[in-house]
Amino acid sequence: MSRRLITGNAAAAWGARLARADYIPAFPITPQTEIIETLGNWIDHGEMPARMVMLESEHSMMTAAGAAAATGVRVFSATSSQGLLHAMEMLYAVAGWRAPLVLVNVSRGLASPITLESDHNDVMAARDSGFLQLHCASCQEVLDATLIAYRIAEDPRVRLPMMVNLDGFYLSFTREPVSIPELDEVRSFLPDFDPGSIRFRAGRPISQAVAVLGGGPYSYFRYESHLAANAAADVHREVVMDFERIFGRRYDAIETYQCEDAEIVFLMIGSFSTKARAAVDALRDAGEPVGLVRPRLLRPYPAEDLRRALAGKRAVAVIDQNLSPGHGGTLHCELAAALYGSDGAPPVLASFVGGLGGRDITAAEFFEIAKVTKKAADEGVTPEPRLLFQESELREVRKLQAIAHHERGLTGAEHVE
Amino acid sequence: MSNDTRFHDIKDLPSTHLLGSGTPMCAGCGGLQAVSQIYDVLGPNTIFVNAAGCMTLLSVYPFTPFRGSWLYTSMGSAPAGAQGVRDALDILRDRGKIEASEDMQVVVLTGDGSAYGMGLSATSGAIDRGLDFIYLCYDNEGYGNTGQQTSAATPHAARTSTSTGAAGYPGFKKDLFSIWVANGASYVATVIGTEPLDLARKIEKAAKLDGPRMILSLAPCPTGWDYDPKDSAEIGRLAVKTGVWPLKEFADGEVTHNKKPRKRVPVVEYLERQGRFAHLFEPERQDRVLADIQSKVDRYWDAVGS
Repeated sequence: MSRRLITGNAAAAWGARLARADYIPAFPITPQTEIIETLGNWIDHGEMPARMVMLESEHSMMTAAGAAAATGVRVFSATSSQGLLHAMEMLYAVAGWRAPLVLVNVSRGLASPITLESDHNDVMAARDSGFLQLHCASCQEVLDATLIAYRIAEDPRVRLPMMVNLDGFYLSFTREPVSIPELDEVRSFLPDFDPGSIRFRAGRPISQAVAVLGGGPYSYFRYESHLAANAAADVHREVVMDFERIFGRRYDAIETYQCEDAEIVFLMIGSFSTKARAAVDALRDAGEPVGLVRPRLLRPYPAEDLRRALAGKRAVAVIDQNLSPGHGGTLHCELAAALYGSDGAPPVLASFVGGLGGRDITAAEFFEIAKVTKKAADEGVTPEPRLLFQESELREVRKLQAIAHHERGLTGAEHVE
Repeated sequence: MSNDTRFHDIKDLPSTHLLGSGTPMCAGCGGLQAVSQIYDVLGPNTIFVNAAGCMTLLSVYPFTPFRGSWLYTSMGSAPAGAQGVRDALDILRDRGKIEASEDMQVVVLTGDGSAYGMGLSATSGAIDRGLDFIYLCYDNEGYGNTGQQTSAATPHAARTSTSTGAAGYPGFKKDLFSIWVANGASYVATVIGTEPLDLARKIEKAAKLDGPRMILSLAPCPTGWDYDPKDSAEIGRLAVKTGVWPLKEFADGEVTHNKKPRKRVPVVEYLERQGRFAHLFEPERQDRVLADIQSKVDRYWDAVGS
């Protein structure tokens, strides 16, 4: 074991290296590129016995990844944002092939407008693809989740691809101390890939991903994938226990912080949950019984764990770093579905959307969220969903608009936004 | 062409056939005719990586007419699927995890809709990377599986279900052969099921070479081209005799024409047998369009030197 100061991207690359990924189809995209550059560098200098190939698009990258996994090698890949969307057709396809590869997604907001900075709309767009999802809040967790993801994906009860998500910039380019385990230790946790019966060999021909006619067989295979994804909840529990036994770090499906006696609970995913954690500490100092729940596992959805953690709470404030236009936050909607009608379900589920396109969520905003949510609990009335945005930000946008108008006057050019 | 293959005479062609019968392809499918012959030469140690098209329906759960393996991918990325399979087999061989006898020829099976359009980026990428694979395109000159809409392979003036006006399709068939040559393929050949000896020689030659290799087969299509299925063979032969479908190959940096029709049959004899060109003859004969089509064919062969 060595302890190093590395970025979230480097931690993902270390995960792939320690998992002894055989094959890495790649395509560059900010803020993910450092992952494939790191892996390429190791491969070129003989430090990692894998093969990397640059594809001409993420759509092809995901096709090659699925095809190689279906042929019987361990596959790693990484992407982000527009790249994940470009690959979307193949995410659904390779999940149906039951190809157990691991894909790291470095979250970044989606066009339009085009941006490089982080939010979760990209990974949320993949939530129905059949890929399982783990969400990380620290660089250590990125490395560990990558190893855990292979164990779950390759388990014969699951055999589905898995995505590990980290936030662009906030984690991808932030250096934190990370324990890098020894290869032998990892080997005892994650043995070599056994493709089982799903592989291509001349002597044992098989047809994969064939068409079906009619809704009966189609439904059967879709339900099979769903049941396998559900089965991954138990497999996850076993795998993280095993991980804790070997490495001493614990990764339950949901992380709870100061939840036991909390009356109001923040719920969010990813690295911004560390900001929520700091806000919980400050609110506790001020005598407010506030806690935090952070799902790590988002597919399969840890409904039972969430019901248990939130039973008896007065209110939950769900903070979504994604936006489904005309609907609202996705996490809020999914939590409502999980809690509705369950014993002890909190009477108030307040929805807040913020942190889009790299926008910060400040401590003051967490305090305001707690205040609004507490008031809602006191009055028994769920507040309207809130879009976090400050007067000062609006002033900044107005300034930009004024410049745009002025420029148009000078050049005659049209800028549409 | 130089012929150091095992195919010298029609009697040398395989007498046992590998492709199972009872597929859902249309009666008289020129694509299936070519695929069946090609499979006989390639043999069962083949994995077909399929792009969305008519032939996707060859393998419908739980049936397949292939003795070897099959992977359906998508419409846009079959060559990338071939990349993943090829690379994985190489990795397994390098590590001693499979024997050479377990290896397979990786073959993309695609129609013209993918090959000339949506799949072209993935195809070019595979050629750029020097991928060791065979790319087999059955070209029926339109999106046949959805009812023969215009594709980039549709010939000038053909009527399709999206070009129904008096002039038919105003554009011109894309030269995919030359695109492959320019991109750096190791072998490119045109074939047709009605010329089985020429086809068998080219497949054997392609199978022995490495790198990106394309077999482009014209696929006479009764449903898409609107003719009686029994005329498929005759239309295929006329495509060659009129010079509309030149049989040629690219290898070692040179393009060779394998069959130069000595006296080319006028193209109208090819066109008038197909409903998709009927508007060029009825209600009025469009002599100018017919002359344009003929002169384009003539110009091609003049340049070849025939």
